Amino acid sequence: MASGGPLTAEGYIQHHLTNLVYGQFNESHARAQASCQEHCVAVGDWGIAQTAEEAAQMGFMAINIDTMGWSLVLGLIFLFVFHRAAKQATTGVPSGLLNFVETIVDFIDDLVRSTFQHAGNKLVAPMALTIFVWVFFMNLMDLIPVDWIPFVAEHYLHIPFMKVVPSTDPNITLGMALGVFMLIIYYSILKKGAWGFFSELAFHPFPKWMFPVNLILEGVNLIAKPVSLGLRLFGNLYAGEMIFILIALMYGGLVMSVAGGVLQLAWALFHVLVITLQAFIFMVLSVVYLNQAHDVMEEH
Amino acid sequence: MSITLTLLGQSIAFFVFVWICMKTIWPPIVEAMEARQKQIADGLAAAERASLDLELAQKRATDELKGAKEEAAALVEQARQRAAQMVDEAKEEARAEGAKLLEAARADIEREVNRARETLRKDVAVLAVAGAEKVLGQVVDAGAHQALLDDLAQQL
Repeated sequence: MASGGPLTAEGYIQHHLTNLVYGQFNESHARAQASCQEHCVAVGDWGIAQTAEEAAQMGFMAINIDTMGWSLVLGLIFLFVFHRAAKQATTGVPSGLLNFVETIVDFIDDLVRSTFQHAGNKLVAPMALTIFVWVFFMNLMDLIPVDWIPFVAEHYLHIPFMKVVPSTDPNITLGMALGVFMLIIYYSILKKGAWGFFSELAFHPFPKWMFPVNLILEGVNLIAKPVSLGLRLFGNLYAGEMIFILIALMYGGLVMSVAGGVLQLAWALFHVLVITLQAFIFMVLSVVYLNQAHDVMEEH
Repeated sequence: MSITLTLLGQSIAFFVFVWICMKTIWPPIVEAMEARQKQIADGLAAAERASLDLELAQKRATDELKGAKEEAAALVEQARQRAAQMVDEAKEEARAEGAKLLEAARADIEREVNRARETLRKDVAVLAVAGAEKVLGQVVDAGAHQALLDDLAQQL
């Protein structure tokens, strides 16, 4: 298990759920106040939060270096691997990497063709591929035993916190959902015009004179899309990660260690299904939402 | 676990990654796959066509072989007829030749006989006189019986 000093179950869990945060210190930080004794900072300075409390006090002006970093690394791995395959792309006999990549591309292509009914959009299919593989990679980090990377980070690199599964950070999942949401808005306005998009929200499902009610209903409906998209992925992966942490707590003593090992293996096997499914759901829903954004409604 | 700048960072990363994927990854792979699909389809069509062609060629070869056999048989038949005809002609010719030779031989024989008869006619008077002399024991005047002798000679 991680972290030196007196170790409690609560502290262990807390430690695992804390991000490595780089942010701006403000007046609420003890280290930025006049009473500060050591490692003092000035208000407005940027730096790494040393405790969960400090991180929370930073508010919005902070970046989770660990999840953001892992997310970028995994995204770049995706781009690197697929870009290499794209360079090898040939009409001849595909081999090795290209074969593997083509299987995934073909799968996504079929799915987008059957789900997305509007021809001529060159963005949706590559977006679906990016989402699926990237989210899958981020979820896959959940299968690395929970202590490996944080242990190395803490004991060899002196990094206080390290959350390695980007999709257990709501910032990451909601950030992707926000990206999808912006695409929904963009294509809605592009296909229907600003007025068409507004009238879709305001004059539906009830008659025009009830447009305030319509706006509230449809507005909630619209906002619910990215929120549910992001929170679903976050919730599933956060719960999965939590169970891994709880199982990790069991180790100690022969019987409990064996039981913990068995449980961890079982949960990991089940989780293989969950992470693939969640990546798939995120992708399919994104495609469905964009398909709806392209649908031009008939006049009411 | 509060919402921070990370949210925007991830959104920006999302757009950049999707854009890179859209520009450099998706098109070459999908194009290669479609091109390969077309190539395979073309190949299969060509194979189909080739097998059809082969069947046709085989049929034509069989037909031609049959035609050649028939022609050869006709030629052999014609040759046989011609041979028979030639044999017949030769026979006919030989027969005619034989007849001609026979005719010539007959004419020769006729001539010989006539000559012998002429000789005999010449001799018959002498012989008859000599015979009569023997019988009568006296000389017979041939001139006196010339008419009788001529008549005898004529009867030969």
